[in-house]
Amino acid sequence: MPINYYIFLSVALFCIGVAGVLTRRNAIIIFMCVELMLNAVNLLLIAFSKMHYHAQAATNPNAGIDGQLFVFFIMVVAAAEVSVGLAIIVMMYRNTHSTDVNFLNRLKH
Amino acid sequence: MNLVWLVPVLPLAGFLINGLLRNSLSKSVSGIIGCATILASFILSLLLFGEVRQENFQSTVINFFDFINVGALKIPFAFQVDRLSALFLLIITGVGFLIHMYSTAYMHDEEPPHFARYFSYLNLFVFFMLLLVLGANYVILFIGWEGVGLCSYLLIGYWFKNIDYGNAAKKAFIMNRIGDLGFLIAIFWMIDQFGSTGFGEIFSRAGTITVPVITGITLLLFVGATGKSAQIPLYTWLPDAMAGPTPVSALIHAATMVTAGIYMIARSNILYTLAPVTQTVVAVIGLATALFAATIALKQNDIKKVLAYSTISQLGYMFLGLGVGAYTGAVFHVMTHAFFKALLFLGAGSVIHAMGGEQDMRKMGGLKKSMVWTHGTFLVGCIAIAGIPPFSGFFSKDEILSAAFGKSPVYYVIGVFTALLTAFYMFRLYTMIFLGKFRGGPQSPERVPSGGGNEVLDQVHHLHESPSAMTIPLVVLAILAAGAGVLGIPEVFATDSHWLQHFLEPVFAGSETLHAKGPEEGQLSKVFELGLMGVSVAVALIGTLVAIARFTRRPELEDATGFGKVLANKWYVDELYNAIFVRPLDLLGKFFCWLEKYVIDWIVNGVGRLVKYGSRQVRLLQSGQVGAYVLLMVVGILVLFLVELFVKK
Repeated sequence: MPINYYIFLSVALFCIGVAGVLTRRNAIIIFMCVELMLNAVNLLLIAFSKMHYHAQAATNPNAGIDGQLFVFFIMVVAAAEVSVGLAIIVMMYRNTHSTDVNFLNRLKH
Repeated sequence: MNLVWLVPVLPLAGFLINGLLRNSLSKSVSGIIGCATILASFILSLLLFGEVRQENFQSTVINFFDFINVGALKIPFAFQVDRLSALFLLIITGVGFLIHMYSTAYMHDEEPPHFARYFSYLNLFVFFMLLLVLGANYVILFIGWEGVGLCSYLLIGYWFKNIDYGNAAKKAFIMNRIGDLGFLIAIFWMIDQFGSTGFGEIFSRAGTITVPVITGITLLLFVGATGKSAQIPLYTWLPDAMAGPTPVSALIHAATMVTAGIYMIARSNILYTLAPVTQTVVAVIGLATALFAATIALKQNDIKKVLAYSTISQLGYMFLGLGVGAYTGAVFHVMTHAFFKALLFLGAGSVIHAMGGEQDMRKMGGLKKSMVWTHGTFLVGCIAIAGIPPFSGFFSKDEILSAAFGKSPVYYVIGVFTALLTAFYMFRLYTMIFLGKFRGGPQSPERVPSGGGNEVLDQVHHLHESPSAMTIPLVVLAILAAGAGVLGIPEVFATDSHWLQHFLEPVFAGSETLHAKGPEEGQLSKVFELGLMGVSVAVALIGTLVAIARFTRRPELEDATGFGKVLANKWYVDELYNAIFVRPLDLLGKFFCWLEKYVIDWIVNGVGRLVKYGSRQVRLLQSGQVGAYVLLMVVGILVLFLVELFVKK
């Protein structure tokens, strides 16, 4: 399968994520969209990693392995982010009885 | 010789003690400190003089430390001890001590802190004046030069609560500053030409420099001298400087500071001898000043103003002497003038003291009876300045006049005419004060300016002889003014009788040898010289007698009219300077004030306003809406992508 397909798919996923972050007001949905963006990037990294491996497998058995390594890093970061982010959302709900981010505009003060 | 550094340091110590402890010292203590330091300096100067006058004495330069050391330029802090500086040391500390002593009585109405302030300034002045005459290079001389200017400013404005006095002080300072600029440029030029400012190096190499350069340097030095020594065109500060206490006028504005210019030129005599053009300029300016100031003095009614113009006129004589190459004569006249003018000022101070602050001679008269000592000494001073033998003024003035005749008879004629005017106005002053009847009211409305007391004095009964602290200096100065002439008896009377000439020979030797080369130097015959003397004596006597006759008969001075009014208004020179310099500068200042207020300030405030306005607008972006932030972030990232893709190629 050509690499182009993977790129289109991940760009589409990323754009959906961005659009979701921009348009939705529910913090949980925004959170999911962020996850979507991260996973779009993961997908792209895996695709490129595989591509490099296929291109150089004869000379270098480890070709493209760094891409996969990054994916693990991102997954760890994402997991940490989820734990912090969900905690924030829980606190936010306790304070405002809503998960609407526009409700929470006191950041400007 | 090894203690020469003590001579200026003692007055400095007096200044520090009196200045720092002025609030805690009593009047008698600060007076004693002020006088004792000067007296000690005087004794040291006497010892120094004793060494210097020995036949085999060589002029010595004593290095203390490097004052400036930059690249190839080395300016040591050094004193030069030679006969010229020793003579000036004696004049400064001697006359200075007498005036300090006089001041203790004259200023006794002042509050103790102000009394101590007065003495600290006076001591500081003496310190700087000693530095000026002891300096072995032009930079040290310049330090003293500026220092005496500062003290002059402080003492003219001593009664600083009076705005007019403060303005007079500022005028003196600023006028001096104009001259000092010339002096400073001359020093820079000398550093450029000689790579040094030391007297020894410059004078020994002066012959190697081209005449135009020397002329330029000497003219610039002379500009400095016109400021300090009150010559045309920078003389107008001196009459106003009479705002200070009278002993200050005697010390600074008659005996010492104003002669600094003459000292400087006498010190640089070789440079001047090498620049004949400058010599002519010096002589002409000196002569013009002498005549000009004498005419003004004819119509002044304030006794201190008369003496001030007389001082300017006598300084003009000294410059005439310098200009015609009679350096000894000029220094001689400095000395005799220091005696008789200090005497006259102190006498005037005694009169003012007795009159309770009155300075207008129209309200005096007949003081002869009540002030015996003052009257006698003042008369001696008048005779001395008028140039009647055997008093000292005759000898010094005559030496200058006969040298002037040697250069050009025109100088002589104008000089003698000025001597006539001098005799006339001095005896006008004398007659108005001491002869005739008392013209002041029994109840004078004048207030005492010095003490700040508001009591109205009964002048007739207030008239009294001054205390002995004032009369003793008068008597000493009178003896000096009468007798100092023996130091310079002309050669016509006896061979080798001119002691001062002999004494100062090493200082002016360089100029003398240069002069001797000139073939046009004509020696006056003995008979002719005696004739010239006879003329000047006759002229002085005529002036004296006419003045006494005229003013004993009609002592009432009505307001001057016609030409006299021009003289009474000092030829309107102050008004002229106001119109030419002061007012345009004022306008320029106003313009810059406007520029500062409305243009510069507008720019600065504009920048501030712009930032304030801009930040108020940008602030609106911070809405607190997380969505808006994210949108902006995405837009920013997109823009970066677009730039990366399309623009950067």
